[in-house]
Amino acid sequence: MARSYRLSLAAGVALVLGAHSAAIAGGPSDDKLVIDGEMEIMTRVAPPEGHPLDEVISGWHYRTEETRDLEADSFQNPGMLYVERGEEIWNTVEGDAGKSCASCHEDGAEFLKGIGANYPKWNAGAGKPFNIELQINQCREENMQAKPYKFDAADQKALTTFIKHQSIGMPVELDLTEGDMKSWWDKGEELYYTRTGQLNLSCATCHEDYNGNYIRADHLSQGNVNGFPTYRLKQSAMVSLHNRFRGCIRDTRAAFPAAFSDDLMALEVYVTWRGSGLGVETPAVRQ
Amino acid sequence: MRTGARLTSLPALLAGLTVMAASVATAGTVAPDSVPIEDMELTQTLTDNKGNPAAGREAFADRKKGNCLACHANADLEEQLFHGEVGPELDGVADRWSEEQLRAIVVNSKDVFGEQTIMPGFYTLKVGVNVAEENAGQTILTAQEVEDVVAYLMTLKDN
Ligand code: HEC
Ligand code: HEC
Repeated sequence: MARSYRLSLAAGVALVLGAHSAAIAGGPSDDKLVIDGEMEIMTRVAPPEGHPLDEVISGWHYRTEETRDLEADSFQNPGMLYVERGEEIWNTVEGDAGKSCASCHEDGAEFLKGIGANYPKWNAGAGKPFNIELQINQCREENMQAKPYKFDAADQKALTTFIKHQSIGMPVELDLTEGDMKSWWDKGEELYYTRTGQLNLSCATCHEDYNGNYIRADHLSQGNVNGFPTYRLKQSAMVSLHNRFRGCIRDTRAAFPAAFSDDLMALEVYVTWRGSGLGVETPAVRQ
Repeated sequence: MRTGARLTSLPALLAGLTVMAASVATAGTVAPDSVPIEDMELTQTLTDNKGNPAAGREAFADRKKGNCLACHANADLEEQLFHGEVGPELDGVADRWSEEQLRAIVVNSKDVFGEQTIMPGFYTLKVGVNVAEENAGQTILTAQEVEDVVAYLMTLKDN
């Protein structure tokens, strides 16, 4: 942790300099994300049909060099601790049924490959899209007879991080033909363009119209979700996607919806689609 | 009513900004959205107190008030870290816009730049949905703070 603190200070200094040469600092970096010098991640891709932008770009490109380097080195990436913790949870028996995730699915690394890249997914039983967190809770309740995790419980974040990490480098892709996925996408699109709060801003105002620009100390990205849960240096912790959504909505001085509410699930479907084709980066490192 | 406001506000001026802002709210203050912006201008001042540029400079930088630096670089505030680049630099802005236009921009930028602008309206209640409880029914800046910010912007001249 001491090391990441020092790095985030260094990132701060870079931003101060950036503020005075804003035009030079702006825009995404031209670097390539190669993890441990081995695995290149797709961080700039052609958009899916009907996408408003010309190019889909990962948030990684908008971070400082120090932050980018931290993500490219899995030994230094503080998020990797949560991956390890998540694997422990995968193999730990909990609940009245005396089962762990591994009791049903066996080896996590093998079973989970590619799964996280295709969430949220239509859940016919529930009649709505499920993200990884909701799927975990359903398995805990129905198969393990364990209590569902509370939103943002440490174990929920670690297990979600582990599951998503098993798809690292694989392209994000949603199946919008299943069930009612398309109507959730529609609802998410509507929310994405709805201005909220006293500051009267929508997701699109910041992430579509002004990505690449500094808004005070923050370099605005396209707000893609392929790195979630992400390790945030500012908070020295993993941050879940719905936590991030709520933070952005709160910053418009609006009341924010509950985690996993229909509004945030619709937004997750739509915003995930906007990042189609990007490689999964979990655990991404952000400022 | 307006002359009365000027008199009651005078002692408050000496007592400092917060007290002043509170007292003018009860005096001759123009309510949000009650005066139309016409041809990108707001000729009527929002209070009878002249704007105070020094107080305006503070409200401009204060993250809880104008937070104008979030989007605008401004060389006059070089001592503040992190100037944004979402909007134009405001150096010399008083050479480009009149006081009446600057008041209109700060009060409700949408009436000047169009509905699509990212810049918030600082003295309007035409805002987004689901406003947080603590901000509901309130403007971002008070009438006096708007006048102060406008007075400050009028000091930003290149020539
Ligand atoms: C006032 C501007 C603003 C608004 C409005 C806003 N955001 Fe953000 N958002 C930011 C900033 C600043 C960051 C941090 C820098 C970055 O990654 O873009 C961020 C980050 C994000 C991230 C993380 C990206 C990453 O790579 O880790 C996501 C996802 C996101 N926003 C989604 C949204 C959604 C969805 C909405 C609307 C509900 C929204 N934002 C509204 C400013 C905003
Ligand atoms: C969230 C972003 C944002 C914030 C906060 C913001 N502005 Fe702006 N402002 C803009 C943008 C963008 C423009 C350019 C018009 C446009 O593109 O809509 C602008 C234009 C202006 C202009 C005209 C500048 C010129 O040279 O033409 C003035 C004056 C101005 N803003 C003043 C302010 C003041 C004063 C504050 C704070 C009280 C403020 N702005 C806060 C985004 C912002």
